[in-house]
Amino acid sequence: MTDTARTTTPAPSEVLPAISVRAAGKIFTVAKGAEVQALTGIDLTVAPGEFVSLIGPSGCGKSTLLRLIADLDSATSGEILVFGKTARQARLDQEYGIAFQSAGLLPWRSVQANIELPLELHGVGKAERAARAEELIELVGLTDFRSRFPDQLSGGMQQRVAIARSLAERPKLLLMDEPFGALDEMTRERMQQELVRICSETGAAVVFVTHSIPEAVFLSDRVVVMSPRPGRIVDIVSVDLGAGTSRSDSLRENPAFFAGVTAVREALHGSPVAPLGADLR
Amino acid sequence: MTTTVSAAAMATDPSAGGAGAGRGAAGRSVARSVLPPVVLGVAFLLVWQLAVVAFDIKPYLLPSPTDIVGQIVIVFPLLWSSLLATGLNALIGLVLGGVLAVVLALLASRVTIFDRMIVPIVAAVAVVPIVALAPILNTMFGSTSDTPRRVVVLIVVFAPIFINTLRGLRQVRPVHRDLMRAYAASNWQLTRTVTLPGAVPFIFTGLRIAAPLGVISAIVAEYFGGLQNGLGSRITSAAANSAYPRAWAYVFGAIILGLVFYGVTLLLERLASRRRA
Repeated sequence: MTDTARTTTPAPSEVLPAISVRAAGKIFTVAKGAEVQALTGIDLTVAPGEFVSLIGPSGCGKSTLLRLIADLDSATSGEILVFGKTARQARLDQEYGIAFQSAGLLPWRSVQANIELPLELHGVGKAERAARAEELIELVGLTDFRSRFPDQLSGGMQQRVAIARSLAERPKLLLMDEPFGALDEMTRERMQQELVRICSETGAAVVFVTHSIPEAVFLSDRVVVMSPRPGRIVDIVSVDLGAGTSRSDSLRENPAFFAGVTAVREALHGSPVAPLGADLR
Repeated sequence: MTTTVSAAAMATDPSAGGAGAGRGAAGRSVARSVLPPVVLGVAFLLVWQLAVVAFDIKPYLLPSPTDIVGQIVIVFPLLWSSLLATGLNALIGLVLGGVLAVVLALLASRVTIFDRMIVPIVAAVAVVPIVALAPILNTMFGSTSDTPRRVVVLIVVFAPIFINTLRGLRQVRPVHRDLMRAYAASNWQLTRTVTLPGAVPFIFTGLRIAAPLGVISAIVAEYFGGLQNGLGSRITSAAANSAYPRAWAYVFGAIILGLVFYGVTLLLERLASRRRA
């Protein structure tokens, strides 16, 4: 079940991978000089336009890996390339958009001004900013809320704003750290469906950190299964559920979806488990 | 097509409503917050008046409210000009002290070494006794200048604004820091778009403490000689001439001035925070 699908097959010489991680490791120095091995020996390639989820129990380093790719932290060993550049250069060149578990909106800015923030920071003119924000507000379905402030919005709506903001500069890569982690189940499924639609419309590659198995399977082309102490990749499960545009709610009752869920669960638990688990959500 | 569907779905979002429902309630809450202190104040004045009349209290001990009102009417032009003179000193000191405090707090939040240098100095400034300082400043700047009073106000208002602002500047949420790093934002951009706007409520907290303090110190600074144009000078000279109701009339002016400063800062704070909803 590992690594066989179309996503890893294209000749590497022709297509520059969106992300290429080679033997990356991260050691955190904690109090009194003690060291914690957060990640070790990470190898991962993400193709352009590919949707990859990172899943694993708490402390498996999935968020850390995302932060290394985003250059929010730096790797202690190994190499991380984003579109062929070092992670740092890719960040400076604004090669990716990013969204976090907490929406991280600026409370004193309206929905529109929040979405315009990255454009404003990078010197995009006022008219162009407004036009782009308009498109994005429509894309995430917040047309009636553009002049509202974040604390007038529900959690799901705030997260939509954060996603719109991450898309503002049309990145070819999206990094998402449990963006739906704090949402209720219904909102969460609706957001997943919209994310899948938005991503296939924009053609961006996505690295998506989650701890929900169905979420990972529903969204992804490949699910990277990680394990803690030290954080490492134990398996990569290819999910073949078709293009993002064709993924709808009915897919959640499809046998192929269940097969994917089972495969990821087995990889997480390290051995075959009962097919009908109670934690299926 | 998909967007219209999702927009329709949004309309059912549970916490979407309830933003515009607060107009009438605001009017009622103003009435609720203004009425009780006014009632208490009127009752207090009544008891005061009755006590002075009933117990035949002498004016040098406590003049009656009606005597004081009579004096206010008589000296009103002078009261008004004194109020403006003291108010201007307090305002200039407050604005300069406030700007200085915010700028230095910004510096301290950005430059660690500067932070370590300035914090003990601010502690020292905070405990400077204005009673001791005012006569010295009068000699320094000459007794025909308003500058000593303004400097006193500046020193007094500096510490509360500085300390609050610095605390506010340190409240940056990690997610905002990460976000700005991901955007490769410069230090100045981080300050301008995240840190400083986030500190605004803290700046106003400092300002609200500092504004009445500024008025009080502007008045007290006048007790130590120099120009005889402000409320403090009028109070001392009236008291020295045994014109007690007149002294109280100027005290009343001082109270009004303090309230105006406090009210204006409160209003500015409301205006600034309204945008955060």
